[in-house]
Amino acid sequence: MAYTQILIAGFGGQGVLFAGKVLAYKGLEENKQISWLPSYGPEMRGGTANCSVIVSDTPVGSPIVSEPDILIVMNLPSLDKYENAAVPGAKVFIDSFLIERKIERTDIEAHYIPATKIAREMGIPTLANMVLLGKVIKETGVVSMEGLKDALAKTVSAKHPELLEANLKAIQAGYDY
Amino acid sequence: MAKVLMKGNEAIAEAAIRAGCRHYFGYPITPQTEVAAYMAKRMPKIGGTFLQAESEISAINMVYGVSSAGLRVMTSSSSPGVSLKQEGISYLAGSDLPALIVNVQRGGPGLGGIQPSQSDYFQATKGGGHGDYHLIVLAPASVQEMADLTVKAFDLADKYRMPAMLLADGTMGQMMEPVELPEECAHSVDKPWALTGTQGKREHNIINSLYLVPEQLEEKNLERYERYKTVERDEVMYEEYMLDDADVCVVAFGIAARVSKNAITAARAKGIKAGLIRPITLYPFPKDIIRKTAENVKGFVSVELSMGQMIDDIRLAEECKKPVTLCSRVGGMIPSPEEVLKAIEDMEGGKF
Repeated sequence: MAYTQILIAGFGGQGVLFAGKVLAYKGLEENKQISWLPSYGPEMRGGTANCSVIVSDTPVGSPIVSEPDILIVMNLPSLDKYENAAVPGAKVFIDSFLIERKIERTDIEAHYIPATKIAREMGIPTLANMVLLGKVIKETGVVSMEGLKDALAKTVSAKHPELLEANLKAIQAGYDY
Repeated sequence: MAKVLMKGNEAIAEAAIRAGCRHYFGYPITPQTEVAAYMAKRMPKIGGTFLQAESEISAINMVYGVSSAGLRVMTSSSSPGVSLKQEGISYLAGSDLPALIVNVQRGGPGLGGIQPSQSDYFQATKGGGHGDYHLIVLAPASVQEMADLTVKAFDLADKYRMPAMLLADGTMGQMMEPVELPEECAHSVDKPWALTGTQGKREHNIINSLYLVPEQLEEKNLERYERYKTVERDEVMYEEYMLDDADVCVVAFGIAARVSKNAITAARAKGIKAGLIRPITLYPFPKDIIRKTAENVKGFVSVELSMGQMIDDIRLAEECKKPVTLCSRVGGMIPSPEEVLKAIEDMEGGKF
């Protein structure tokens, strides 16, 4: 029985909460048990933000993820803060375009993806979060790529349908990286 | 019905609308503002009233007005705002008016912080305002319960002519989980006491909490406490979790119960028989099951996001037969499953 605890952390404005929402909606479409909990301190663009997502086959206990199985970090302060929190064997996804250092632990599996660079080169610089998410889906299988568009459609604002395709493109780019 | 992902705060608002609530009065405060935001968006579209009052005090008195007219009505706030509402809540209770008050608690006292807390337990369950009265207090532990207990709160409030409080916390308000929303219900509770206009056909009704003749006021209080007895007998709700063979019984509600379940799983993995009683109604408090459980366990652990408030009710319920320890974090902090596990292990090992 899978019980996957995911922590996504970065600067406010990088789409940390949104990436978590896409995961949560996709998990829901797959009939998994889900919880999504944002940090809601006095955050603002440029401050730190994180969100806890649990995707599980069994009922979710505490929605707070303090020891993630999957850690996605989009800035250096988040890597510094959460590297030691990950469980042994955890998979860590790092935007290597924004974070220069490598991880120090040897008992966790690091994936370095220059997500921000990839997103910029595709002309969708704000979707580095989705690039990382694509890689997470590829490497962990926590949710599947199949039917991702339906989950995205529920997350992306109905006022901006063009963003749906852009998000899909970014996820695919991360998946293929 | 398909499940949808919603924030707890939004689930409260949508469930209230489906329960027939068409009047919402409030004033913004973190971490419950999404309730008001949702109502602001939806109410105008369905012919309802959303009104951002000039203060929490105004909002609760507007609730008094609509309730007097026999309609379902609610307000929501967070701890400091709920303190401001206490006078109005006492008047609602003194006038036997049903209403829903939502408190998505944050750390206190004073302005405190904006992170989750359960430190308004005393205020919610022991009166809060002046005078002899109780609220029906419901404590959701999931987004599903945020929706379900909102509907339940309206029903109970109408049934007993009592104000009901949904006592949640910042985590419950902010988190998203799949929720199956309740069906739209035709709200048709008969309220012969309501101020609906006599049309010259009946004596006029009076909604009032002022009784200057002490005999009359005493009689009012006694009648109200007869109703409270019925509530205590018929409306207790709780969840048992792995309680059957438990040596250590955790008592926790809301987010603290969620964390406790993780700790109980961990304790069981270590061979410690731990179980949980999760009060869903905080008033009426599930006294009987706690008293019965006291016969079979070594002791209780009260897990709270407060400095030990519910622990008093546990001790009263089990008549101090077994030790009760407190495992708590406050100020917006939440006990970790490890901290709860430690408290369970200490109780199991007789260290308290």
